[in-house]
Amino acid sequence: MLSYLLLLIPFFGALTTFFIQDEKLAKRNALLISIATLIISIFTLFSKVELSFSIPWIGALGSNFSLQLDGLSKMLCLLNAISLPLIILSVKENPYQKASNFWGLMLLMQVGIMGVFLASDALLFYFFWELALIPAYFLCSIWGGEKRLQVTFKFFIYTFVGSLLMLIGIIYLYLQTPGSHSFSIQDFYNIKLAGKQQATVFALMFIAFAIKMPIFPFHTWQPDTYEQAATPVTMVLSGVMVKMGIYAVIRWLIPIVPDASAAHANFVIILSVIGMLYASLIAIRQDDMKRLVAYSSIAHIGLMSAALFTNTQIGMDGVMLQMFNHGINVIGLWIVVDVIEKQLGTRKFSELGGLAQKAPTLAILFVVIALANIALPLTNAFVGEFLMFSGLFEFNIWMAAVAGISIILAAVYTLNMVQKIFYGNTVILTENAIDISWNVKLVLTIIVVLIIVLGVYPMPLLNLIGQ
Amino acid sequence: MNTLVYLIPLFPVIGFLILGLGRKSFSKTLTSFLGCGTILTSFIISVVLFLNVKNHGAMDVHSLFTFIQSGTLKIDFAFQVDQLSSLFLLIITGVGFLIHVYSYAYMHEENAEHFARYFAYLNLFIFSMLLLVLGANYVIMFIGWEGVGLCSYLLIGYWFKNDNYNYAAKKAFIMNRIGDLGFLLAVFWLVNKLGTVSYSEVFANAHQLSTFDVTAITMLLFVGAMGKSAQIPLYTWLPDAMAGPTPVSALIHAATMVTAGIYMIARSNVLYNMSEFTMHVVAIIGLATALFSATIAIKQNDIKKVLAYSTVSQLGYMFLGLGVGAYTGAVFHVMTHAFFKALLFLAAGSVIHALHHEQDIRNMGGLKKKLPITHLTFLLGCIAIAGIPPFSGFFSKDEILAAAYAHHPIYWVLAVVGAAMTAFYMFRLYATTFLGTYRGTSEQASHIHESPKSMTIPLIILAILSVVGGLVGVPEILGGNHQLHHFLSSVLVSEKTHQIPHNTEWMLMGISVIIAVIAILFAVNKFSKKPELNDAEGFGKVLSNKWYVDELYDKFIVHPMNNIAVFFKNVIEKSGIDAAVNGVGKFVLYGSRQIRLIQTGQVGTYILLMVLAFVLMVLIWINDGYIYRFITNLF
Repeated sequence: MLSYLLLLIPFFGALTTFFIQDEKLAKRNALLISIATLIISIFTLFSKVELSFSIPWIGALGSNFSLQLDGLSKMLCLLNAISLPLIILSVKENPYQKASNFWGLMLLMQVGIMGVFLASDALLFYFFWELALIPAYFLCSIWGGEKRLQVTFKFFIYTFVGSLLMLIGIIYLYLQTPGSHSFSIQDFYNIKLAGKQQATVFALMFIAFAIKMPIFPFHTWQPDTYEQAATPVTMVLSGVMVKMGIYAVIRWLIPIVPDASAAHANFVIILSVIGMLYASLIAIRQDDMKRLVAYSSIAHIGLMSAALFTNTQIGMDGVMLQMFNHGINVIGLWIVVDVIEKQLGTRKFSELGGLAQKAPTLAILFVVIALANIALPLTNAFVGEFLMFSGLFEFNIWMAAVAGISIILAAVYTLNMVQKIFYGNTVILTENAIDISWNVKLVLTIIVVLIIVLGVYPMPLLNLIGQ
Repeated sequence: MNTLVYLIPLFPVIGFLILGLGRKSFSKTLTSFLGCGTILTSFIISVVLFLNVKNHGAMDVHSLFTFIQSGTLKIDFAFQVDQLSSLFLLIITGVGFLIHVYSYAYMHEENAEHFARYFAYLNLFIFSMLLLVLGANYVIMFIGWEGVGLCSYLLIGYWFKNDNYNYAAKKAFIMNRIGDLGFLLAVFWLVNKLGTVSYSEVFANAHQLSTFDVTAITMLLFVGAMGKSAQIPLYTWLPDAMAGPTPVSALIHAATMVTAGIYMIARSNVLYNMSEFTMHVVAIIGLATALFSATIAIKQNDIKKVLAYSTVSQLGYMFLGLGVGAYTGAVFHVMTHAFFKALLFLAAGSVIHALHHEQDIRNMGGLKKKLPITHLTFLLGCIAIAGIPPFSGFFSKDEILAAAYAHHPIYWVLAVVGAAMTAFYMFRLYATTFLGTYRGTSEQASHIHESPKSMTIPLIILAILSVVGGLVGVPEILGGNHQLHHFLSSVLVSEKTHQIPHNTEWMLMGISVIIAVIAILFAVNKFSKKPELNDAEGFGKVLSNKWYVDELYDKFIVHPMNNIAVFFKNVIEKSGIDAAVNGVGKFVLYGSRQIRLIQTGQVGTYILLMVLAFVLMVLIWINDGYIYRFITNLF
């Protein structure tokens, strides 16, 4: 019951939002719907049993509409559910034309992502995976920067190619299931594939997930897309949607082709570690806030993808925890970027400075989020990174040591950002800046509280993913 | 009794939260009352706890809650109360309280909101520092470790409108992070090999570690200590950190935070005893830093810079002590150094305050009469640091020197050379600042007044401590029984016994004191009459430019890194990876342009294609399973 409500509420919410003429009302409707979803999602946390639901879907193919909600899914659904109300709240005036469509699509994207985290049937999983992509495509190409069409086209093609490869992998696995074939995840888990077959499936599905995350060198769609998309869309893409790739590796890749995953662990981890350092170094030289956050995010995801393949429990716990924490933190960063861009009309560090004098509340909240971005202890990110690095260390000392350089580089680019925006003397643009409005203050405060609470006492989340 | 331990860090963090949230509405009086009051409360509890430990002695671990659990690894948010931590509690809260009181007057020019921000940061610092020394495992220590680094960052950049200060703050944080990476790797190593990070379990199971493991862990921890305690090669942030308000320099960059590295090694003495190699490295780095930074201090003209390099140098002595196995001596020197260096910084702050933010000693001189209390306390601090008996610095430094001699006489010789330089540059500073005649205008001279009581009283208390603080560690040879040594003996176990004959000890002591006295007399004589007012030339220029180490780091580390970053950004990313991706895209586009020609727009062609496709489907249907077999064969 609870599990499909998580899909039904935003789905019907999306439909109703599309048809609301009044733009303000549309946004309010979307907010209410998203809060309702959040409440349901919180409810799921308190049910001790594994929530599952299944009805026949495409009977001829042996595919069921089956949903399953274990600890990891609960946590990610919560992340998905919590992010949308925060995002909607952080946008005060409606800067988007055809707001009903905008928010309707956002809700629809939420349905798709939610379904990915819930589906325990491969075909259903694929269906939701694509369902999440389609609204993302429209959102990116209708609202956003000047180069949005070109960039979105690249994003779409890139991820779509990945999706198709994954589909081939899924069909292949489907054909390996015994009897009249099924897409059920349990049947997939039971397939015993030989080494070469595993390698093939691994290659097909890994590329899809690697593009989504993204892992170096499949990442180039990301900075462009994040830069060009409307910021609320970027928040969903980087805060929630990239977790689809990581989640898929945990649920749909490693358990199904464990031998191939172990065999390719070195390769993937080396790529990820290279990506971490590479993205961190590029982040240092960015003059655009959005691109800096994008590259910083690539570096953080790199650590997660590296820890994923260490085949250690501690590393895996770290990844799962960090999926939530990274989502919260990166949304916080985007909100600040959005607020500054909306108010001052620029994202360039070279045109900013001294904002702390004019907007002290924003400065304080942002500094806390920035500290979470560099995984300072007692912020949520520290726990995740600590566990992930421990896992990486267990896998290979040198990998951990080299990857550890990114800890230093993260401090360099993050503190650069803080300094260039907030410290120093005011410049022409920031001369008449004002502090943030109540709604942004509320949203950022919620994020900051989450950062600290989960940083001081992370056990609830660790217990949840341990279920 | 020891359950009170939670309260010690609790009060400062509550103070931080209240001050941080209420900063816009609090008056300065209320702010300083809250800021100082919380620390005073912590100090009182610390005293109670200390006496309890002193009388009952047992080690206690109190767990608040499970912080992290994953698989078999369980990390508690736990505090350890023992001799070492309780001694550090006293230093931190005691000196911390005095500096809070001092700050009330020193920072009074700030407006109320920023005044509260300052006290909030200071309370947060005390909280972090307390976590650092109270933690019962390496992870809690690391929390405090990075926490104090953050506070240091925030306070160095307290005047955030000045970009130079911001750079200094950032530099401090980043250099510390380099060290922190070492610390973290050591922690991972422990997790990996022993599955635990708690002190008691690590030390109990340390014998399971191979020599290589122990050496790696201790070396990595020492890398962390190099960052935090400003040792070669990670020391260059500390002199720049003087950009922060002077009480901050006294508290964080002299008395407490920078001694965290010494605390960490003393705490891990079980591990360090197991690695001869690391001990040598610690001693050599410590000695090298002590000498190197002393040479720089000789030619600095900024009153705070001299003290900063002096701090680096004194920290070097502490590491020398650790490296030769004199753990107690090192901790003893941490304590006396906290007294006299906090005193020197605060007295320097009093001078700076009186001269309206003048820090260049070439523009001072003759302040002896104008600032009597500041002058006297500063002088006592100088005597203490120079190691003249019976001032505190003498006893602690002597203990380190004796242990160095026992280790190898050459260590002692070099350490005494460093001590001579210390005496020299401190009295150069003293003479140039306080003796001779005032070198400013008479207009400026008329504005110079002694600082208010809330500044002079902490100075007086610290001066008394600097004078008598050494008495807790009077060695047997001088008729004492070294109470500190007995107190710490259960937590600090050195495997090196450095018994040297009493005659030798007398002689060493005598030589070092005589050399120090000569250096003092020479410096006073030289600089009270003719202070160095011109820019240094020749070799002196190299020293006044700090051996050009910052320039070297810029040239060989910072610039290459930036260049690589630019190369990645503009060449590899744009013309490499992204171009390749776009290339694939273009290729596909080209291909589709060719295929598009099929779509002629003529209905006839479409129908033809449709029929063909239909036929194809029928064929497949007839050969049931053909495609299926095709795909299976494919893989």
